[in-house]
Amino acid sequence: MIVEDARLALPVSDSDHVQGSAHAVVTLVEYGDFQCPACGMAYPLVKQVQRHYAGNLRFVFRHFPLTQAHPYAQLAAELAEAAAVTGRFWAMHDWLYEHQDEWVPYGAAGLEAGARALGLDEEALAATLRNTAIDARIRRDFMGGVRSGVNGTPSFYVDGYLYQGDFDGLVHGLGRVIARREH
Amino acid sequence: MTILAAGTVAPQFTLHSTLDQSVALKEFRGRNVILAFYPADWSPVCSDQLALYNELLDEFARLNAQLLAISVDGVWSHAALARERKYHFPLLSDFEPKGEVARAYGVYNAQHGLAERALFVIDGDGVIRWSYLSPMGVNPGAAGIVNALEALPSNNIQKTLDAPARSAREPS
Repeated sequence: MIVEDARLALPVSDSDHVQGSAHAVVTLVEYGDFQCPACGMAYPLVKQVQRHYAGNLRFVFRHFPLTQAHPYAQLAAELAEAAAVTGRFWAMHDWLYEHQDEWVPYGAAGLEAGARALGLDEEALAATLRNTAIDARIRRDFMGGVRSGVNGTPSFYVDGYLYQGDFDGLVHGLGRVIARREH
Repeated sequence: MTILAAGTVAPQFTLHSTLDQSVALKEFRGRNVILAFYPADWSPVCSDQLALYNELLDEFARLNAQLLAISVDGVWSHAALARERKYHFPLLSDFEPKGEVARAYGVYNAQHGLAERALFVIDGDGVIRWSYLSPMGVNPGAAGIVNALEALPSNNIQKTLDAPARSAREPS
């Protein structure tokens, strides 16, 4: 079900993390938390959808860390933003979800393994993590989500409208939008 | 039962937050209050909803608002939930007489014996400025609360004070 009264408050822009063409016929925005198990379960499904719809789909990830429920979600988001400085945001995003079961039990030490797995320079990383612009960006994503009606993670928006329902419904919804635009 | 609408004076109440502590609405005169009625401790949707509000306490404080969450659960259930989920706001117990405050606000579901999932924004004068009844299984998020708080005249004045350059051009 697409919720007509819950719209993205912040349009997709150059400052977003985007995969896929700006000319894609449909845009899927996820508000996610790297420590959230439900987001971890959605991750391979999003990948499948991206492969399936290929050039027709643009995917955007925005941070929505629920820091009290998930004590390492904020640090994980910061790590992804630090990786983004050297163009490795998606590599970090993928590692965090693919290895969620492995790093979460070890918290910060588990996250360090992620930095090593990507071969990120530790000193540069530590300096980047101290940059308050990273916190500000994560908070901007978060508050933009709140204003858009995000009520938990993951939350998905199809062409700017909140989708509520299961993942199969989301896939069918994307398919319908693409079919309509192609004709 | 109809949810109290904007413009209504908020019914007064005093409810236990813990075994030996009570919270009264009138303590918050001069500040805004967010009342979040929810059906039950421990149910997944409620917990997501309250987890979201728990992340927004700084934002609510910036808008001069205190969050109070209310269900018909007892204080021990509330205490365990708040500890487990690290909630940093009061969970009030509308326990005896059961649901009395929820009834006063028009959000008691007698069939299920639970408070509905309902939100109120009450201003510093104790008047309801916004109310919203969500389907019981649907997490309403926080956009409505933030919008309602930002629309309060007191918060608009605060914005003007925060932006001196603008207020100089537009004297109020």
